[in-house]
Amino acid sequence: MKNYEKTGVLSNNDITIPDLQYLKRGVAIVECIQHIPCNPCVDSCPFNAISMKDINDLPVVDFERCVGCGKCISVCPGLAIFLVKIKNKKALISLPYEFNPVPKLGDNIIALDRMGVNRGSALVKRVVKSGKTSVITIEVDDSLAMEIRNIKV
Amino acid sequence: MFGFEGDTIASALHAGEVKTFSTSLVYNNPRGFFCGIGKCSSCLMRVNDIPNVRTCIAPLKENIHVEIQNRLPDLPKASFEQIPIESLSFDVLTIGAGPAGLCAAIEAAQKGAQVLIVDENQKVGGQLIKQTHKFFGSKQEKAGTRGVDIAKELENELNILKSQGKINVMLDSTVIGYYESKKNHLFGVVKRNDYKSQFLEINCKAAIIAVGAMENMILFPNNDLPGVYGAGAVQTLMNVYGVKPGKNVLMIGAGNVGLIVAYQLLQSGINVDRVVEAAPRIGGYHVHAAKLRRCGVPIYTSHSIKEVVGKEKVEGAVIIKLDKNWQPISSSETIVDCDTVCLAVGLTPSTRILSQINAEMEIIPEAGGYVALHDESMQTSVKNIFVCGDSSGIEEASTAMIEGKIAGISSALSIGVTKDKENLLKYIDELKLLRAGPFGDKPRAAKKIINKLVKI
Ligand SMILES: Cc1cc2nc3c(=O)[nH]c(=O)nc-3n(C[C@H](O)[C@H](O)[C@H](O)COP(=O)(O)OP(=O)(O)OC[C@H]3O[C@@H](n4cnc5c(N)ncnc54)[C@H](O)[C@@H]3O)c2cc1C
Ligand code: SF4
Ligand code: SF4
Repeated sequence: MKNYEKTGVLSNNDITIPDLQYLKRGVAIVECIQHIPCNPCVDSCPFNAISMKDINDLPVVDFERCVGCGKCISVCPGLAIFLVKIKNKKALISLPYEFNPVPKLGDNIIALDRMGVNRGSALVKRVVKSGKTSVITIEVDDSLAMEIRNIKV
Repeated sequence: MFGFEGDTIASALHAGEVKTFSTSLVYNNPRGFFCGIGKCSSCLMRVNDIPNVRTCIAPLKENIHVEIQNRLPDLPKASFEQIPIESLSFDVLTIGAGPAGLCAAIEAAQKGAQVLIVDENQKVGGQLIKQTHKFFGSKQEKAGTRGVDIAKELENELNILKSQGKINVMLDSTVIGYYESKKNHLFGVVKRNDYKSQFLEINCKAAIIAVGAMENMILFPNNDLPGVYGAGAVQTLMNVYGVKPGKNVLMIGAGNVGLIVAYQLLQSGINVDRVVEAAPRIGGYHVHAAKLRRCGVPIYTSHSIKEVVGKEKVEGAVIIKLDKNWQPISSSETIVDCDTVCLAVGLTPSTRILSQINAEMEIIPEAGGYVALHDESMQTSVKNIFVCGDSSGIEEASTAMIEGKIAGISSALSIGVTKDKENLLKYIDELKLLRAGPFGDKPRAAKKIINKLVKI
């Protein structure tokens, strides 16, 4: 049994982490590791960067094709897609957010990791509302690029 | 007391902090409501002197008199007395207007059948109307769309067919029985009006049973205290009526339902202390568990609830660790401070009407209990009686919708209003595809037995 089956928390070994060259450009990180009958991420990508053999297969991102547009983030019903871009020792992380109130540009909010642990504050750089799921882009230290996956306002 | 238009009696009472609805028969213990979807009997109250009104689905009206029903109620004065029995005939009767029933009724009507759809709620949509999260599945089954929005889309399709005179809709009405009839099938329906009831006889050539499922209960001391709810009840209160079920919730069960409802509680500003799961691994999808974990809610696998503490209502709970054989480990108890315990420990298909019809039934654990055997066209062992959705085996809205479409087309074919088999095979293939993954193991195994056993 994998540890996440017990805890519900992934480690960075459970997912595919793109090379730095892609992270510098900004790409989608798909934290969906189980064979579930689901595929809207595939249809959502305008650049055909996400593929799947059939609906129960795992989604795979082609980092060559992904341009980091972030369209897939708000479509995924599992809220499992994040966008990470590393620039000047900082990481820009875009994540789906379904709580009220929605933070505003320039707000300082709390950055949480996969266990909901407070990992310090983060600056809100962008807010895009798409229906009831907002996509929030925050800026944190680049060492936290693969740690921060949620925020608290 | 006050309430809002559109409230049920139970949701309005809840908003006014009244959580005791009745007392138990022998010990006179306080009882609150449990299932919140009209399937159990813990919300029965006396309304305007009429006993046994199911307050969780009874609409709130002005100036009504609601009383706690103490022990066994007096028999109602024959409430049908002055209202004559009405007899109606249709080609196809669809019982239940959840995703399965709606899809079935729509397909049958589009194929040319005269359809009546009956539901005991005031709204169509079944479980969908409280599902504020986005659905899984594929684009054809509207994946990525929220359950409540799927319900609205289906309702719009229904309304178009209704305005064309192809479908009749009867809400706030319960199908209560099946009667023998030489020709066709005959059902009894109770239609409520101001808490009084009218009885109708519905004659139909084919019937589609899409009555959904019931929430499971587990045994522990004080499981009947007000504040112990089924997950469906909690979801209904907060997402349909905007009423907070409590302030601090202990969730039992880490299947998809438990995980999703826990997350929706957080979204409503209610604290979830933890999720407790008896199995050694999380049963629901990892993505749902991950959403909860990154909000800081712990999930305790190999743990169960030992008891609830409290006098008049839930004041806390004791949880206990389980060993490899699922046995409690002594002295491993933890006290959880909570005012609400939410049970998400599975569903059981509703099949009473099917047993009454004498459809061949079988216990199939993978399907959630007793289910009616049926073939690929969703027909049971009784000719022209079809079943679909959770009532035919617990699964998901996505599969319920396709099963509904199959049952709808099959019923129209079977009674001869159409010969058009187009789409039938396509839907059967879609269903197979959805069940092809590891999470489809259980339904796949169940449906294999169901289909193999059936001899029609
Ligand atoms: C918390 C939760 C989350 C879920 N998430 C998902 C998900 O993400 N994706 C997914 O695909 N599925 C999901 N599901 C499952 C999905 O909701 C159900 O599988 C689906 O609603 C079943 O549809 P149905 O039409 O069979 O039954 P229901 O939706 O239960 O509808 C049955 C209807 O029949 C009516 N009825 C019952 N008896 C009678 C009677 N005697 N007379 C008249 N009317 C009657 C009821 O009032 C009800 O409206 C979820 C379920 C829950 C509880
Ligand atoms: S970020 Fe844009 S390009 Fe990249 S996978 Fe998502 S939708 Fe496709
Ligand atoms: S949409 Fe999200 S949950 Fe569904 S397969 Fe894609 S990544 Fe996984």
